[in-house]
Amino acid sequence: MNDTLSLMKTLVSTSGLSGYEDPIREKIRSVWEPLTDEIHVSRMGSLHGLKRGAGAPPRNSILLAAHMDAIGLMVTGVIDGYLRVAEIGGIDARVLSGHAVTVHGRRELKGVIVSPNRNLLPDNLDGKAVPLEYLLVDVGMAPEFVNENVRVGDLISFAQPPVTIGKEFLAGHSLDNRASVAALTGSLSLLKGRQCEWDVWAVATVQEEETFAGAYTSTFELRPSIAIAIDVTHAAGPGVPEHKTTSFGEGPVLGWGPNIHPALYRAILDLAEELEIPHEKEPLPRHSGTDAYAIQVTGAGIATMVVSIPLRYMHTPVEMVSIKDVERCSRLLAEFICSLDGGFMERLAWETES
Amino acid sequence: MRENGTLKIDEGQERLLERLCNASAVSGDETEVRAIVLESVKPFVDEVAVDVMGNVLVKRFGDGKNLMKVMLAAHMDEVGMMVTHDEGKGKFRFDVVGGIPSHILPAKSVWVGRNKIPGIIGAAPIHLTTKVERRKPISMEDLRLDVGPDNGKEVKIGDRVVFSTEFTTQENAIFAKALDDRIGVTILIQLLKNAPVNIDLLAAFTVQEEVGLRGAITAAFELDPDIAIAIDCTPANDQPAWDEGDDRWSENTQYNTRLGKGPAVYVADRGTISDPRLVRHFVNASQENDIPFQFRQPGGGRTDAAAIHKQRSGTPSISISVPARYVHTPLSVCDRLDWENTQKLINFGLVSIPGDILAVEI
Repeated sequence: MNDTLSLMKTLVSTSGLSGYEDPIREKIRSVWEPLTDEIHVSRMGSLHGLKRGAGAPPRNSILLAAHMDAIGLMVTGVIDGYLRVAEIGGIDARVLSGHAVTVHGRRELKGVIVSPNRNLLPDNLDGKAVPLEYLLVDVGMAPEFVNENVRVGDLISFAQPPVTIGKEFLAGHSLDNRASVAALTGSLSLLKGRQCEWDVWAVATVQEEETFAGAYTSTFELRPSIAIAIDVTHAAGPGVPEHKTTSFGEGPVLGWGPNIHPALYRAILDLAEELEIPHEKEPLPRHSGTDAYAIQVTGAGIATMVVSIPLRYMHTPVEMVSIKDVERCSRLLAEFICSLDGGFMERLAWETES
Repeated sequence: MRENGTLKIDEGQERLLERLCNASAVSGDETEVRAIVLESVKPFVDEVAVDVMGNVLVKRFGDGKNLMKVMLAAHMDEVGMMVTHDEGKGKFRFDVVGGIPSHILPAKSVWVGRNKIPGIIGAAPIHLTTKVERRKPISMEDLRLDVGPDNGKEVKIGDRVVFSTEFTTQENAIFAKALDDRIGVTILIQLLKNAPVNIDLLAAFTVQEEVGLRGAITAAFELDPDIAIAIDCTPANDQPAWDEGDDRWSENTQYNTRLGKGPAVYVADRGTISDPRLVRHFVNASQENDIPFQFRQPGGGRTDAAAIHKQRSGTPSISISVPARYVHTPLSVCDRLDWENTQKLINFGLVSIPGDILAVEI
């Protein structure tokens, strides 16, 4: 568990907002290099790691996609040394005041997100939540310094340090979706030294939080036989209706809905049952809100599955996950990969076909 | 002046501020800060006592008899929270202690109790809220303290909770929780080290300032000073103001104080009208020693002076504060030069204070 924990802490402490994933990509590359046979970066910036299968060519391949981009803020204006901001990814402005951030200007600056005193805000906000357009970022420096070092379009990352909660939970920003990157990395580690038939494409995608541009393009380039998107999902917890959530800390959840190929779902479900890995079904009635949405309709279509890690407080700087769930997810993925044989694609059929 | 320290902010004093800010001392349980204060002052003071409230009362006498007794007060406590109800599986209800604006509570990382058990005050994911809901502030009713499903036994009802902010700096900017009033505590410790010889210095490191200036009431009774100065940390609401007419950010005329403009000298706040003789004296001290100062805009807010000046037969009092932005939130910001100049101004005012300052009629 310590390896997983330290990997997760490293991954969330490396910046990489949607469209600007370079720092996190280089970090993941350094971790994946010893675990893969070949590694390259797509034109959009996604990271592709190949672990060759032992089967006779032409081999089938499975693509495992975990998006590496994180939500954050972008500078939209500078006034008297304070920064005005817009969101990258969906953020509820009500969770932002009082948070430490890093402003990626001409140099990296520490800062804090603040809500000006009520007497400085429009009267019509009385009794209401202060929307993002009135929040400011303060780097504690003189206006002249800020004007020289920060400009419109600069990125702002959350700087809340990750913190271990209880014995087996981690809280921090960007666990959506670095927890899944850690799970995918864990499955590569488990596969090390094992002979599996299929090729495995481990993909850390870009821009999931905005346009899914990474998932569309990497899937097209790699054209896998099947794919699994690994993401986080809403866990039961304070402030949310239970019926919209999955159990917290009780295993990965298996997505079910239009983005998911039912036969692929069945195969993974059967394996989870066989291995006695705790799991739960997650109904995803429309858009799954994951890379699977893009992957499924790439090329002539790809049979796609979503495996998720339950997470509390999504898209806040204090997201919380179970480290054990991340490890369970790694094991399920690794075992599924090794269960894939030459006949799998024939068995992957619609009920009406068989 | 006795050369026991320096009035410049040196590395040692900054590390002391770091220790003090990172410590947990919510009003009513100031133990951790009290221990640091006692350790810091014991080597060089004449008398030290902890009173029944938990105040640390320290005396350092000047040279000679019948010197003016000057009380300096800085509060040790900070705003925070208290665990009030156990809902099971590591989830707790909590309430605030002191004036924490509720809009800064959601999605924060905290330390619970004396063992600093890590916890989270969560918030619903944006995906599970509606646009209409997001226009309303998040209610305390919807917030829980979450210490993890496997750790609930480590937390007890009544435990104090603080934001888990770690002290950090950037050039002259200092970012920390509880700068209000740990920065005053460091100044008071430093002034004790450099105590002027023309007065008897009576220092009160007070408790419960944030819940009604409770410690200062008994401290002032016990110390029975001739004059008093509250050393505190006051808001710098110096962000731009929204101009309704022009629909744009514009000049802010209600800033209270401005960061980087020097020590904040109080003329009046909601709890005290500063003694005009003391106001005049400290303004003169500032001008004679080339130390910048600003008048805190008269208005709301109170300091320990509000309790002290009405104790016994009355004590002419003044407050002098270090300006800081975002006090009572997880991350406040102050300017190192304001800190240093506040320390210097109070010192220069003390060494030059006329023994007959109160003989002048107001």
